[in-house]
Amino acid sequence: MPITEYLLLSAFLFCTGVYGVLARRNGVLVLMSVELMLNAVNINLVAFSARLNDPAGQVFALFVIAIAAAEVGVGLAIVLLIYRNRVGVNLDEIDLMKG
Amino acid sequence: MFAEKAWLIPLLPALSFFVILFFGKKLPKGGAESGILTVGTSFVLAVIVAAQWLKDAKVVDDHLTWWSNGKVHITIGQHVDGLTVMMLAMVTFVSLMVHVYSTGYMHGDVRFTYFFAALSLFTASMLFMVLADNLLQLMIGWELVGLCSFMLIGHWFEEKNNSSAALKAFFTTKFGDVGLVLGTITLFFAAGQTFHIETINRLALDHDISHGLLLAGALLLFLGVMGKSAQFPLHVWLPDAMAGPTPVSALIHAATMVVAGVYLVARVYGVFWSGFSIGNGGLNWMAFIAGITMIIAAGLAFVQDDIKRVLAYSTVSQLGYMVAALSVGAWTAGVFHLFTHAFFKALLFLGSGSVIHAVHSNNMSEMGGLKKYMPTTYWTFVIGTLALAGIFPLAGFWSKDEILLGAMKNHYPYIFLLGLIGAFMTAAYMGRCVHLTFHGEYRGHGHPHESPRTMTVPLVLLAIPSVFVGLINAPGVEKFAHWVRFEVPGLKEAFEVPEHKFNPGLALFSFAVAAAGLVVATMVFYWKNAPAKGAWTRVPAFRALNTFLVEKYYLDHLFVGGVVGSIKGPIARATYWTNQKIIDGIVNAVGVGAKLVGRFTYDVIDQKGVDGIVNGIGVSASETGGVLRLVQSGRVQQYALMLFAAVGLLGLALILFT
Repeated sequence: MPITEYLLLSAFLFCTGVYGVLARRNGVLVLMSVELMLNAVNINLVAFSARLNDPAGQVFALFVIAIAAAEVGVGLAIVLLIYRNRVGVNLDEIDLMKG
Repeated sequence: MFAEKAWLIPLLPALSFFVILFFGKKLPKGGAESGILTVGTSFVLAVIVAAQWLKDAKVVDDHLTWWSNGKVHITIGQHVDGLTVMMLAMVTFVSLMVHVYSTGYMHGDVRFTYFFAALSLFTASMLFMVLADNLLQLMIGWELVGLCSFMLIGHWFEEKNNSSAALKAFFTTKFGDVGLVLGTITLFFAAGQTFHIETINRLALDHDISHGLLLAGALLLFLGVMGKSAQFPLHVWLPDAMAGPTPVSALIHAATMVVAGVYLVARVYGVFWSGFSIGNGGLNWMAFIAGITMIIAAGLAFVQDDIKRVLAYSTVSQLGYMVAALSVGAWTAGVFHLFTHAFFKALLFLGSGSVIHAVHSNNMSEMGGLKKYMPTTYWTFVIGTLALAGIFPLAGFWSKDEILLGAMKNHYPYIFLLGLIGAFMTAAYMGRCVHLTFHGEYRGHGHPHESPRTMTVPLVLLAIPSVFVGLINAPGVEKFAHWVRFEVPGLKEAFEVPEHKFNPGLALFSFAVAAAGLVVATMVFYWKNAPAKGAWTRVPAFRALNTFLVEKYYLDHLFVGGVVGSIKGPIARATYWTNQKIIDGIVNAVGVGAKLVGRFTYDVIDQKGVDGIVNGIGVSASETGGVLRLVQSGRVQQYALMLFAAVGLLGLALILFT
């Protein structure tokens, strides 16, 4: 089974995700970009799982999906609280931890 | 079949604890029904397990691994043999009686539900401890019953006295528990990293553990026993523990918890047997302590006015008998006395509770003449008294007689002698108690009345075994010694605790001694114009003795005033003189020398050398921090950028260098 296309798609998605995380100012969009990166990894895992005929990759992908759901839950809760406190989710303005 | 399921017996009351805790207030009877139902079911299960044991006598010893680390396996398990079966049946029976009785006694109490929750937890913990197949599990159960005891003694904690009594009980037993923990650790390493009791017993009896280690283990464990089973001089908490509600006194401070120490000795008997060289006769530490305990506690019981305190000191004295029996090698006799004592002492306590319920006072000076007002309580109390005094053919007679026989035959003459004196005193103070409470004129206020059915029925149910239970080890029957044995499988040399044949002469003699005690008590406290009447206050020697006993041998003063006070007083002054004249001289000389050295050190090494280094480190840290501070911008995306950059660089390095 040719695997190159899958890997290219995955790399493209991952890079999009990285760009989103680094460049977007909106907290919600950053979270969405993280999801993109995770799903890029999932594609990789499933593709190699099919290629190597080893179900462990699919199991891992399922794990990643489950953990990602929890992560989004926590992340959105944080974003919501920030929004309530500061009326806005612009990440540039949130620098309370400045040393 | 059923013995393998013995773990259900402690589980049911444990579930009941949670049910009462969460839903107790919503239940129609405030949680009492849950306690009674589960303890009742446990009792039925215990009887079934006992019946199976009597049928095929198969020891069950299995466990689950809780967690393991290397070759150390921490397990949780059950060990069902004759001793366990006996304890299970006894604890569930007494607990059931106390539960039923409490519905009457505690009726309308502010914390009725809480009380039943604690009773359930207590029963569960005690059963958990009894079932334990390893020392760690036993210790967990042991501490849990200690905790429940604390909760229940302080049940009416609004009064300062009650909460102090609870604290005293807790701290005194905890002092002993330090020994228990250290002893368990000692045995754990001595036996090759295992808590398994059967293995420890086997190694101890095979002399595979050095005698020194066994002695250390036995001494440390015995410290725990002294705390829990109220042996001299750690017995001081038990009489104060009478501050709790009376059913609690019956359950915890007579029938079950305080015998935990005796049970521990009986369970880990191999360690004590080899550690204290019990088989050799003569004198050992355990016998010494037990002998003192049974006499001094019996003496104290004479001068108490509080009826519960009489019974409390009597309990201490009887615990002394049990430990004495084990210390002279009369294993069966000690365990048998534990068994019979549970019934009649629970009966006596519940009887006294019934009296207190009627006259609203603990003091015997406000009782008297209650025989005609409360006949059921009177007759059951008399049965309990006769059983405790050791009158033929009631329960206490058989077990006490076996202890005396064991002490004589195993060459412990002084325990035999003290035991006889103790038997006389027991009969006498119990006679005094019955006469002051039930005979003569009523001295209290109000109109006493018989207690409700929920309280008298348990009394009758406890009176029946108090009469008959001793007969199972009577000559000609001798079933108890057959059912409950100390056995350790897989020994190199077979070990058996010594058993002796019933001795009619000795039995007659001990019976005569007990009867004499009762007669003397009647002469002094019942006959109106008895010659001995008032001797306590007339004769100076007796008066001095009386004061001495009322002050509890000045033990509390010794603990508080003696230990603390003497440090404040002469010892402190002597210490001060030594401190000023001798130690200060040395210290000053050393000081001058040190000062010179110090001056040099300060100027050269400290100021120039060390400070230079320290300041240098400080400055460099500060400057590094200044640079790194720029990185800590507080902006998440900048952190993410650094993260990705670092990963990218590492990935590049991986490709380039492999």
